[in-house]
Amino acid sequence: MDNMKLSCTAAAKIDEICEEHGNDAGELINILHETQKTFGYLPHEVQVLVAKKLGIPVNRVNGVVSFYTFFTEKPKGKHIVSVCLGTACYVRGAEKVLDEAKKVLGIEVGQTTPDGIFSLDSLRCVGACGLAPVVLVDGKVFGNVEPKNVSRILESIDPTA
Amino acid sequence: MEQNKINLTIDNRPISVNKGTTLLDAAKTHGIEIPTLCHINLEGTCVDNHPTSCRMCVVEVAGRRNLAPACATICTEGMEVHTNSIRVLKARRTVLELILSNHPSDCLICPKSGDCDLQELAQKLKIHETPFAGGERSKYEIENSVSIVRDMNKCILCRRCETMCNDVQTVGAIGAINRGFGTTIAPAFGLKLSDSECTYCGQCVAVCPVGALTERDNSGRLIDDLFDPNKIVIVQTAPAVRVAIGEEFGYPAGTIVTGKLVTALKQLGFDYVFDTDFAADLTIMEEGSELLDRLTRFLDGDKTVPLPILTSCCPAWVNFFEHQFPDMLDIPSTARSPQQMFGAIAKNYWAEKMGIPREKLVVVSIMPCLAKKYECGRDEFKVNGNPDVDYSLSTRELAAFIKQANINFEALEDSEFDAPLGASTGAAVIFGTTGGVMEAALRTAYEFYTGKTLEKVDFHAIRGFDGIRHATIDLNGFELKVGIAHGLGNARLMLEDIRDGKSEYHAIEIMACPGGCIGGGGQPLHHGNVEILNARQRAVYEGDKSMPLRKSHENPYIQKLYEEYLGKPLGEKSHMLLHTHYFSKSK
Repeated sequence: MDNMKLSCTAAAKIDEICEEHGNDAGELINILHETQKTFGYLPHEVQVLVAKKLGIPVNRVNGVVSFYTFFTEKPKGKHIVSVCLGTACYVRGAEKVLDEAKKVLGIEVGQTTPDGIFSLDSLRCVGACGLAPVVLVDGKVFGNVEPKNVSRILESIDPTA
Repeated sequence: MEQNKINLTIDNRPISVNKGTTLLDAAKTHGIEIPTLCHINLEGTCVDNHPTSCRMCVVEVAGRRNLAPACATICTEGMEVHTNSIRVLKARRTVLELILSNHPSDCLICPKSGDCDLQELAQKLKIHETPFAGGERSKYEIENSVSIVRDMNKCILCRRCETMCNDVQTVGAIGAINRGFGTTIAPAFGLKLSDSECTYCGQCVAVCPVGALTERDNSGRLIDDLFDPNKIVIVQTAPAVRVAIGEEFGYPAGTIVTGKLVTALKQLGFDYVFDTDFAADLTIMEEGSELLDRLTRFLDGDKTVPLPILTSCCPAWVNFFEHQFPDMLDIPSTARSPQQMFGAIAKNYWAEKMGIPREKLVVVSIMPCLAKKYECGRDEFKVNGNPDVDYSLSTRELAAFIKQANINFEALEDSEFDAPLGASTGAAVIFGTTGGVMEAALRTAYEFYTGKTLEKVDFHAIRGFDGIRHATIDLNGFELKVGIAHGLGNARLMLEDIRDGKSEYHAIEIMACPGGCIGGGGQPLHHGNVEILNARQRAVYEGDKSMPLRKSHENPYIQKLYEEYLGKPLGEKSHMLLHTHYFSKSK
């Protein structure tokens, strides 16, 4: 993916996003948010183009992208499975839920299944501690999850949707 | 009471400082050293790093609940500061223990051992255990580039290198990526320096307080060559080495130790000890002639002549414009650097004269610079794969090598460079400092252009440490405008002006390192003390003053070289051996 060459339209889109923000390096995070929204992720070429457009070294862009967990340099799956590891979920067994999710999907946290359907993430507290432990699939909350429920939850997701 | 003065006490001593002074500086000017690992400020240059990241400098301020970082706390009226209360000492110790929790403790075999700020502090605070051991180590592989070695396991994230690379040099090759224990100072995407826009200026190495950034050590190669009976090994030493290497042997900064240096090199077993200063004089002949050539054509009405002409002695600067200004490759002088001119003359003119076959001859250079290591390996400076200069050692490496060879440097008698490639003038000596190359060029260009003798050879207007300096020189009624920039950030400003058509200069000297070669990445470490750079600069000008000849074109061996071999400056042979071309490295 590192060697992906961006199409002209993609490059034009990046130009457009940067220009909307006045090509201001101080707007870097907002620009990256929008760019990620457009492309789904921030491959190296995209970071290089953003840096060029803003007239800053690419390592500054990469520093921001690699610092914030919200940004991703790898394409994500169609469906994002996130297991909450916040304090409440953690003490009620979230780690075992996460282990089960890893086992069922066959991937580690931050990875995507080879078929590109599921990505696995962990996160910290979604404010639904009363339902702990919780799992989010594409933002939909599943509460009181036990390890044995994980397969059922994943099976309920339509992979083609 | 004086206005704009702030009165406070530090460790019960009444102190008065200017408004806006930090506690760290206030204490320092009154002889109270507060330890710090991240802060560095070379006053008078543009080097200033104050990220407040190491927290070693915490002090207690009466009435303030938490401890204050001295480097980022501004003095206020009536402040009562304690730098050595039990609370401070305990906190400082804990901070250091935390820093050491993920730092390797292989000091015995670390290249920075003995010159490491962290090691010194750990000794001072008598840390003999690391209670917080178990921090994660960096997964980033050690990089052995041609010039710089990066071991990010040893990095304490002080950010000095990042400041040098981004703010001072505006190269932007390295910066922090990732987070937490995974944080690494590296080129974007965790690539290597060789894949980045790194110029190998080595200023990151010059300020690194620990063993994370060091130079590629070539002394092992040198030992092999010196003990090989089939090889003739010759050495050249750069102008800035002789005013700095003494520091490694306990001499005060700015002591000129040329004679001892030559003796040490002879004792190490070099067959001939020559001087890069010879090649510096040669550089002036070529670069000065090129300036006059462009100028004359310009004045004759040819408006296509690229002006201003930029010096090209500094390989980090050459890398910089090849990466960052690929549209302006025709502006710098085509003259090779003195190191490379020396190599070309040694392996052609001198080798032929001596009847030494090229493959038997090893040319070693001693340089204040890490970029010179890279420069030796550039393809255009090789003949059938054999480089004009085989490899380069830094001032620091040579000092270490002299110690290793059990040579008592202090006890050495003075001796002279060998002829003919050891003869030089005062004009060559000043190549070691910012402004020196321009001054040397002016001495020769003036006489070549006007045909008159230059009586006053000192051009005080272009000396000093200001980042950008300029002067107008009267050449028989023609006003020659010259500029000087040191530090690549200042060079960038000059280049942008040229690109925008705003530059008024006819000639500009550029040196990548703040201070020029005296502040090079291969010099003895200044540990943030700008006085060391000042002393070296003074020594350079003293060295110039003490020379009987002070204009490059008066060097008799240079005159002989042109008579016997080269013909004339910018002639056919000169073009082959002493000039080069540049490549776009834009990514």
